[in-house]
Amino acid sequence: MRHTLAVLVENNPGVLARVAGLFSRRGFNIDSLAVGRTENPVVSRMTIVVEGDDRVLEQVIKQLRKLVEVLKVQDVTKEEHVDRELALLKVSADPSRRAEVIQIVEIFRAHIVDIGRKTMIVEVTGDEGKVNALENALKPFGVKELVRTGKVAMLRGTKDITMNGKEAAE
Amino acid sequence: MKKKVSGGDILIKSLKREGAEVIFGYPGGSVLPIYDALYDADIRHILMRHEQAAAHAADGYARATGRPGVCMATSGPGATNLVTGIATAFMDSSPLVAFTGQVPTALIGRDSFQEADITGVTLPVTKHNFLVKDVRDLTRTVKEAFYIAKTGRPGPVLVDIPKDVSGGMAEYLEPGPVDLPGYKPVVNPDPAAVLAAAGLIASARRPVIYAGGGVVISGAHGELRQLAELIMAPVTTTLMGIGGFPGNHPLSLGMLGMHGTRYANYAICECDVLIAVGARFDDRVTGKVETFAPEAKIIHIDIDEAEVSKNVRVDVPVTGDVRVVLQKLLEVLKGASHPAWVDKINTWKKEYPLQFDDNGLKPQYVIKEIDRLTGGKARITTEVGQNQMWAAQFYTYTRPRSFISSGGLGTMGFGFPAAIGVQVACPEETVFDIAGDGSIQMNIQELATVVSNDLPVNVAIMNNGFLGMVRQWQELFYKRRYSYTEIYGPDFVKVAEAYGAEGIRVTKPAEVGTALEQAIASSRPVFLDFVIEREENVMPMVPPGESLEKMLG
Repeated sequence: MRHTLAVLVENNPGVLARVAGLFSRRGFNIDSLAVGRTENPVVSRMTIVVEGDDRVLEQVIKQLRKLVEVLKVQDVTKEEHVDRELALLKVSADPSRRAEVIQIVEIFRAHIVDIGRKTMIVEVTGDEGKVNALENALKPFGVKELVRTGKVAMLRGTKDITMNGKEAAE
Repeated sequence: MKKKVSGGDILIKSLKREGAEVIFGYPGGSVLPIYDALYDADIRHILMRHEQAAAHAADGYARATGRPGVCMATSGPGATNLVTGIATAFMDSSPLVAFTGQVPTALIGRDSFQEADITGVTLPVTKHNFLVKDVRDLTRTVKEAFYIAKTGRPGPVLVDIPKDVSGGMAEYLEPGPVDLPGYKPVVNPDPAAVLAAAGLIASARRPVIYAGGGVVISGAHGELRQLAELIMAPVTTTLMGIGGFPGNHPLSLGMLGMHGTRYANYAICECDVLIAVGARFDDRVTGKVETFAPEAKIIHIDIDEAEVSKNVRVDVPVTGDVRVVLQKLLEVLKGASHPAWVDKINTWKKEYPLQFDDNGLKPQYVIKEIDRLTGGKARITTEVGQNQMWAAQFYTYTRPRSFISSGGLGTMGFGFPAAIGVQVACPEETVFDIAGDGSIQMNIQELATVVSNDLPVNVAIMNNGFLGMVRQWQELFYKRRYSYTEIYGPDFVKVAEAYGAEGIRVTKPAEVGTALEQAIASSRPVFLDFVIEREENVMPMVPPGESLEKMLG
């Protein structure tokens, strides 16, 4: 099963290497990893999607907590949360087929962000299923290039994962 | 305004502030500002002959004293040579602080002369590491490094210092309190977990205590003994736990696992409650995990919560400092006795003692003689392999920190430099490195260090002309195909003499006692070359991946 972890870390150089190294060294499988700074400039937040059973997950969380620069680790999988990723797709689109592509893009509430002579770039934000669905819908036109950010996630409602926030139930 | 001093001076002052008495090191270009500061400093520096040995010596010092050991090397090759020693300390949770020089900050990342990304290299084998980019961060970093190394589950910390930082000028300012929001070791256990453990212990009819290095590290040997005597539970230790419980105590089962005693392994197989204390269920201990302690409910006491349920299922985890946990446990436990269980174990002890025959010069006999002639009071370090297992089996350790060995990483070449650290820490005590002829050749150059520093370390070489443990496996599992395990060694007596140490060769059992007496009485370092039976094996032995009760020998 896939789990989504929210990990707060100190915003220091090398932290990503420590976290990524931990995963590879212990044989944990990272599905996706997204990282950026938070509302607090000295804290970065990683959203890590990891594949494994409960035992693997328990070890992942405990090993992450051992890292000196890791401030907080929480599994948000079973909590009410919103998750999103962003993808850019470069689609083959001759002028004759553009209308069709634009129609599909509108249905998915995605955006055309660039038009070339033979291609268009589509930007889409959504959960993994939506991004996959759009990719499948555009495949017949020819997806020449695809880039995805990996998942970011946030708890719904008053619960939060910040340095001062109340911890959601574990 | 205070006077500005060099980063090297700041480092030395910071080290003194942390109570560091000695540095095991090797100078080089990138640490010149630090060595320049050392020239006038009242801090002892032991010049090793290889950086790997510097790390092991600092580790040996740490294991003998419980205080962080300090080693130092230059950038690039000096730093990478430390890595085996750092990894050794990491696997055995030894507090080590390693300082490395780095090329000047402006040259970092340009493949400069003697540049290595040592923080990158040591990421997986340090508890934490630092690259100091500003001389003003030096005092705080040193304080944090020592704090991280010695608190919680101890471990090695590396501090990489570019030459322009150690050579830079700044005021020495006292560091503030340590503020590491992501690092909060749990010392005090959850009272509910302690009560759960006490309840399970009270229900036990066949309890066994399985004690690891955490007992020694936390100084919990007194509490462990009280616990064992209170609930009348036999105690088996891991290799790292040796000395955490007196080997001559009636409840002692000796070591368990691959080369443990039969009675320890049988006790594990039949116990109904297993109390794991500061031990981490290494594969050399558990054998086949699925059949480890099959009838037992397991209590696991450890400061590192990540060890709980890492390798085996645990019924009652108690996270906290082992000593504190045992103290809390002793407050709530009532006495118990299990006469039938203890009788059964005593019968096994009589039936299956550790033994060896007396055909020729036997390593087990040599070790028993070292035990007898030192009254069990020596500090023993070991190399790795058969010598290590015999040293674990046949010397009776009665106090913590008296057996110092590379358990987790199994580092050949550890024992001799570690003995240097131990002898520096304990100048009045008798120190023996029990070695193999293969292992001793891995750091034999440290003879120069012991001679030049007047360190009367004794090295007892169990010389069988083989990489003995590997040969043993080839004999048992590879049809005696001794592929590259027969090893040529030099004349160890002459080598010792060439360096200015003493050398004694022993070929007969009758010569052992006299040779050892001579070595113990000598104020100089001594190499004892015991030419032992070539194909002696370490027994009993659980074949790798087998269940503990399926012992050979």
